[in-house]
Amino acid sequence: MDFLQFNPSADFKLLLAVPLIPLVGYVVQIFFGRFLPRKGDWLLTAGMFTTMCITVLMAAKAISHGFSSDEPFFHLSKDVGMSFSWFYQEGKDAADPLNMTAGLLYDGLGAAMLAVVGIVSFFVHLFSTGYMKGDKRYHIFFANISLFTVAMLGLVLSDNILFLFVFWEIMGLMSYLLIGHFSHDPSTPFFHRWATWASKKAFLTTRVGDCCLLIGMMMFWQNFQTFQFTELWRLTSEEVARNGGEWPQWMTIAGLFIFGGTVGKSAQFPLHIWLPDAMAGPTPVSAMIHAATMVAAGVFLLGRTFPILSPDVLAIVTATGAVTALFAATIGVTAFDLKAVLAWSTISQLGFMVAAIGTGGLGLVAGLFHMVTHAFFKSCLFLSAGSVIHGCHHEQDMRKMGGLRKRMPLTFLAMGISTLAIAGIPMFSGFYSKDKIIQAAFMKTSLEFSGAQAFASFALPVAAALTAFYMFRMMFMTFAGEYRGDVAEGHGHGHGHDDHHDDHDHHIVHAEDGGIAGGHPGPVPHESPLPMTISLMVLATLGFLGGKFWLADLDVLAHSKPWFMKLVSPEKMYPGVELMNGYGAEITAGMIEHADHVAHTWAMIISLFVASLGIFGAWWIYGPRLRATGQSVVRWTWVLVFSLLAYLFGAPLISQLVEGTGTLITISAWVVGVGVLAYYLMRSTKWIVGVFAGISRPNPENIANGFGELYVTVANKYYIDEVVDASAIRLSMLSAKFLRWFDETVVDGFVLLIGRINRSGGGVSAWFDQKVVDGAVNGVGALTQTFGFIARLFQTGRIQQYASFAVAGGLAVAAWLLLG
Amino acid sequence: MGLGAYIAVSAVLFAIGVVCIVARRNMIYVLMGIEMILNAANINFVAFNRFNGDAMDGRMFAIFVIILAAAEAAVALGIVLNVYHLFESIKPGDVDLMRD
Repeated sequence: MDFLQFNPSADFKLLLAVPLIPLVGYVVQIFFGRFLPRKGDWLLTAGMFTTMCITVLMAAKAISHGFSSDEPFFHLSKDVGMSFSWFYQEGKDAADPLNMTAGLLYDGLGAAMLAVVGIVSFFVHLFSTGYMKGDKRYHIFFANISLFTVAMLGLVLSDNILFLFVFWEIMGLMSYLLIGHFSHDPSTPFFHRWATWASKKAFLTTRVGDCCLLIGMMMFWQNFQTFQFTELWRLTSEEVARNGGEWPQWMTIAGLFIFGGTVGKSAQFPLHIWLPDAMAGPTPVSAMIHAATMVAAGVFLLGRTFPILSPDVLAIVTATGAVTALFAATIGVTAFDLKAVLAWSTISQLGFMVAAIGTGGLGLVAGLFHMVTHAFFKSCLFLSAGSVIHGCHHEQDMRKMGGLRKRMPLTFLAMGISTLAIAGIPMFSGFYSKDKIIQAAFMKTSLEFSGAQAFASFALPVAAALTAFYMFRMMFMTFAGEYRGDVAEGHGHGHGHDDHHDDHDHHIVHAEDGGIAGGHPGPVPHESPLPMTISLMVLATLGFLGGKFWLADLDVLAHSKPWFMKLVSPEKMYPGVELMNGYGAEITAGMIEHADHVAHTWAMIISLFVASLGIFGAWWIYGPRLRATGQSVVRWTWVLVFSLLAYLFGAPLISQLVEGTGTLITISAWVVGVGVLAYYLMRSTKWIVGVFAGISRPNPENIANGFGELYVTVANKYYIDEVVDASAIRLSMLSAKFLRWFDETVVDGFVLLIGRINRSGGGVSAWFDQKVVDGAVNGVGALTQTFGFIARLFQTGRIQQYASFAVAGGLAVAAWLLLG
Repeated sequence: MGLGAYIAVSAVLFAIGVVCIVARRNMIYVLMGIEMILNAANINFVAFNRFNGDAMDGRMFAIFVIILAAAEAAVALGIVLNVYHLFESIKPGDVDLMRD
């Protein structure tokens, strides 16, 4: 199809419009939003719709390319003469490294990410028109969330790391403003304080990572004098090749600094602390941060800079990701706040992505694929959580929910699909990506054994099991059973939905001691308005279908590579660059293929096993009990499964045992075997149905108490906040105190001393001026005055007196003449 | 009678004139004192002309002085009249606007 051909000169202009449309919308909204009808939400939502359409169209072009050609889908706007100078110095050569130029880079990864950002952002905008209704700073919220999207779109399209960093920082600022959205609303004291604190925490914590990224960036610039991704890849590869395959030490250090940026932005251990508190912002913001923007940016950065990370860096990347995945999953198990469960699950899933990228090769693709699938189902989960919270009158504690399945069927459906996806159930998107990640970890461990890889191979399946467990725990606590919240007196079922909305739309939260914000008693929960449920449905559909991107290839049965792999494989993402951080020379292609095959089987079995284990555990502890029909379904399923297992393992065994003996013995062995099996089938069926019927139901509190101190530690998030408090914050407070002392004592003292010296000098000068100079001037004046005073005495105005003086004078002259 | 007698009369007349100017409390008397001083001078002119040669210089001067005195008296009486208009007094002591 012709219109799906990528036409660089025209399509780069279209791609340029992608961040520009919401940017223009932002400028209009921030200045005139409050004067527009509906406070301008339609403007930005429509703009984002256009953006989404463009991104999807462009992604369609990339996919069509992937189907039809084996050439990499890789386009630089520089090649068609579209690059923009930033620091252009007069009289300098255009090729001078100090002339920073920016351009667009559009490849398979960019196409997938751009489409994800466009789609998720549009639906978050749509959702917000319902969720944020009645908010005092409604128009500001829309403006900010729009610029947030602009930053992510620009980051994805940047062809150099400097512009990526610029958008990275804009995103940091917008996350600060959005997390702190409620900090301007003193009518909700709890949220007011929490949002203020959380936004500062997010901003400062990610700033640590940003500093690292900047340092890493500059180290590469110092050596290569370029920020262009393509140049960095090429030069790194050449430098390592020149070095005989050894990575220079500075590259490892710089790579670690660049990874530091990811640690901060993608909330990896130990800079993850900001993400759980980021839920102080409005729920649509959480959906944005956790799915399309912010945390995805860190993983995206790893994808863009993969060729410049040395094997040592990648080992650390894997280890960090695996640690994060496992420990965040354990915390997710203990959380009671609906959004906190999702926040910890995001951290855990990001750990999966980062760990996968650290394994390289297949893992790189799997990690980026997980980023795409995760964006859909996690945004859907967060928006569903928003819908639940909205329905429960801003109650976030799962212990006060329950039974919402019937009251909010659409939300239940959307959240259920997304939960199945994140838990890793086949046919749902999360299964494909997570399965590939585990496969990549196994493969890497079997080929090049190292501590980090082995730990990842162990930690990731365990984290996957925990993921399935806490997600289903959340589903059971929220949607199953009976509603446990308070229902206010006097509000009946007959209450009309619309006027009820006006009453309860934005009483955010009342202040409560210590705990997470609590809701207030209201009418029974209700389904959310249409814009919200539409968003949920679409995102849930994408969360379900997202995994098919991996498999949506006509030749998939013939084991050819699926299209995501076709577009986003190392060879396609970094065309013409020889990756130097892959397997060593002693690992042959055949070994890799064999390991791939083995790991594929094991990863499939293990990820299915851990997912079922987690779901079963959650159901066992929190799930609803089965009634008679369910019990017989379980019974016959189990009989089938048991018989199948017994046949699979038993028949070869019996055949082995009785080989070569007579027919009688064979028949009796079979009879005995079947009898023994039937006996155990009866016993196990009874037990298994008993379990499913809820005869032995464990109490979550008893289990928690059984873990004792361990549970307390996990529930307190391993005290990392406290450790940070005691180390980094205390230290910076101490240093601030010392600096204050230094400032007040030494600097101020010096300044005061100078002041005092000046004052003394001034005193002397003043004394001289007052006494000597003024004295002389005053003295002259006084003298003149005295003489004038005396002379005045003669000026009586009496003519006769004057005449007398004249006569006297005449007489005196005469006397002098005569007598002298 | 010698020159000394004339000069003595002139000196007495001059002294009376001076006293008249300095001491009298009526501007008319002050004017009269001025006339006396001028006439004392006239006597001197005439006397010195008589005793010291035949030229008519001294007598001519005396005639000029008499004319001058007449003019002066006319102007001075005008001043006195204006002073009387302004101050309703012709005491020299009351007219002290020129004091410091």
